[in-house]
Amino acid sequence: MIQAILDGILTGSIISLGAIGLTLIMHILRFANFAYAELLAIGAYVSLVFDRLFPALVPALDAAFEPLTLTGSLVLGMLIAMVLTGLSAVAIDWLVFKRIRQKADPLSMVFASFGVALIVRNVIVLIFGHHAQLYSQEIARARILSFDPLILIKPDQVFVLLLALALMLALHLVLTRTTFGYSLRAVAENPTLAQVAGVRLSTMVVAVWIIAGGLSAAAGTFYALTNQLNPMLGHIFLLPVFAATIVGGIGSVYGAVLGGFIVGIASGLALMVLPPGYGPAMPFLIILAVLLIRPQGLFGQEPS
Amino acid sequence: MIGVLSYLVFFATMAGIMAITTLGLNIHWGYTGLFNGGVVAFFGMGAYGTMILGSRPEVGQFGGFELPYLVALVGGILAAALLAWIVGLLTLRLRHDYLAISTFGIAVALEAVARNAQWLTGGARGMRGFPRPLEHLIDSNFLYGIVFLLIVLAALALIWVGIERLVHAPFGRALRAIREDEVAARALGKNPSNLRLWSLVIGAAIMGTGGGLYVSYTAFVSPQDLLPILTFQIWAMLIVGGAGNNLGAVLGAVLIWGVWTLSGFALTRLAPASLQIDAGSIQYILIGGLIVSMLIWRPQGLLPERIATTTAGKAGPTIKQGANLR
Repeated sequence: MIQAILDGILTGSIISLGAIGLTLIMHILRFANFAYAELLAIGAYVSLVFDRLFPALVPALDAAFEPLTLTGSLVLGMLIAMVLTGLSAVAIDWLVFKRIRQKADPLSMVFASFGVALIVRNVIVLIFGHHAQLYSQEIARARILSFDPLILIKPDQVFVLLLALALMLALHLVLTRTTFGYSLRAVAENPTLAQVAGVRLSTMVVAVWIIAGGLSAAAGTFYALTNQLNPMLGHIFLLPVFAATIVGGIGSVYGAVLGGFIVGIASGLALMVLPPGYGPAMPFLIILAVLLIRPQGLFGQEPS
Repeated sequence: MIGVLSYLVFFATMAGIMAITTLGLNIHWGYTGLFNGGVVAFFGMGAYGTMILGSRPEVGQFGGFELPYLVALVGGILAAALLAWIVGLLTLRLRHDYLAISTFGIAVALEAVARNAQWLTGGARGMRGFPRPLEHLIDSNFLYGIVFLLIVLAALALIWVGIERLVHAPFGRALRAIREDEVAARALGKNPSNLRLWSLVIGAAIMGTGGGLYVSYTAFVSPQDLLPILTFQIWAMLIVGGAGNNLGAVLGAVLIWGVWTLSGFALTRLAPASLQIDAGSIQYILIGGLIVSMLIWRPQGLLPERIATTTAGKAGPTIKQGANLR
């Protein structure tokens, strides 16, 4: 029970990071982006590339920070991945979504996002192969917190949780303390009014993609660090991040964070009762429950 | 010679089943503007429903009711319609993209059930043992292939005519009206959520027909038939052919199924051995690329929707054009 909740909190923090960007995109660009979760996969794989590359250049970077399996090269790799994933999110928007946005309705963008997801996922397969990969070959030893009930936790998991919370705090400070944050919130609140007030919408769209890409890259890397990395990563996280977004209410950053933890913990608890094969369906059941009880989500606005 | 011919018959039968499923999506997306992200779920409900009702009993396995073929097929279709009705009730009054997310989710959930509920679906090994319709009357395999193709084409023609009558009736005009301008339609006394629900149910029933015919043909169903790629293939068919145009939907189905089959064939025969393992991925990229590039450069499809006028004397494409595709 406690183990399930702990695991749920960890998965939840990763889902939360992923859902923050999605909720902003869905609110500002007004379409459900099914290619979004592929950003997690892109980020995780870019991290992998640099994690392999740096030790070849600077061998000292290959040493792990005890007791973590995390190495210096992975930390640097993840930072680069956050930037590059942000840029690739902007590039995808520029190549595909922007063109469709200009002439078609939002639902055409939803179609296109499925197409983009299919392309990205399979390009990853072509480059990196189907098989699962790990950042570190070292075995991450779990620490025993208590014997009865048996509770295991890996140092990597604690680190990931803390770093995820730190990233969320950083975003919170940016949103509430800077002019840029005000502009972003203004655009999310009311795009037309924000433009009247002198906020350039196209700049904000680019900024949102970069934030979304950066946070997703971190989320993807965290998942790969604590579990494993395979090309289906985007597919695995697609429904959970959507569920977190809907639970929290579309457009609410804090809702997305809370939603992520709710989805993570609920899925963890549900798997104590259900066979693990049903795991992928859990977020969907959560979505259904929210749509039945409170369609606008926890912090969402009433539909106008 | 007979090998090539029977392959062509197989190809045409599969294309026909795909075309039926695409016509179902055309009702959702083409005529009503509903986004269905889980075509495969409704196809799968039809497939598994027909199989469970019509198959022979097996030990430790629910179903195996051995119902007459048509009853089993209708049961599968009703199962697909029922699923659509439930999803529709939950999501249609909400934001448009909630339907996209829910239908996508239901496809994931259904695949999980198909893989894990051994007692109901046979789990990963699937279900088999289904007497194919009219099979006992015909000895030759080749001849039976042709008979089944005719059955599929007859179903396709029937559904086509049904849809044409439906969309040219006041119901179809009301559907297009809510697609174009919901507020105006509401002002004219139409009930958008009700109409959408009907459209969702009818389209899903047609997709279920596709699924039911598919398992009747293969006499086998497994979770491999529920993979999300089917949804994307059907979308590509509708978008390439032209949403809102039945001839376009059928043309798109034949074209995309041809491209899919040929690319698979070319990759296994011509590509170097090192690429073989990635053949599936290359085909997926092809489908994704087709969807994206059509949306960017020709969103109306090869055969765009014809703007219907109420005074038009000619009532759309006739069965003749459907029959030409043979």
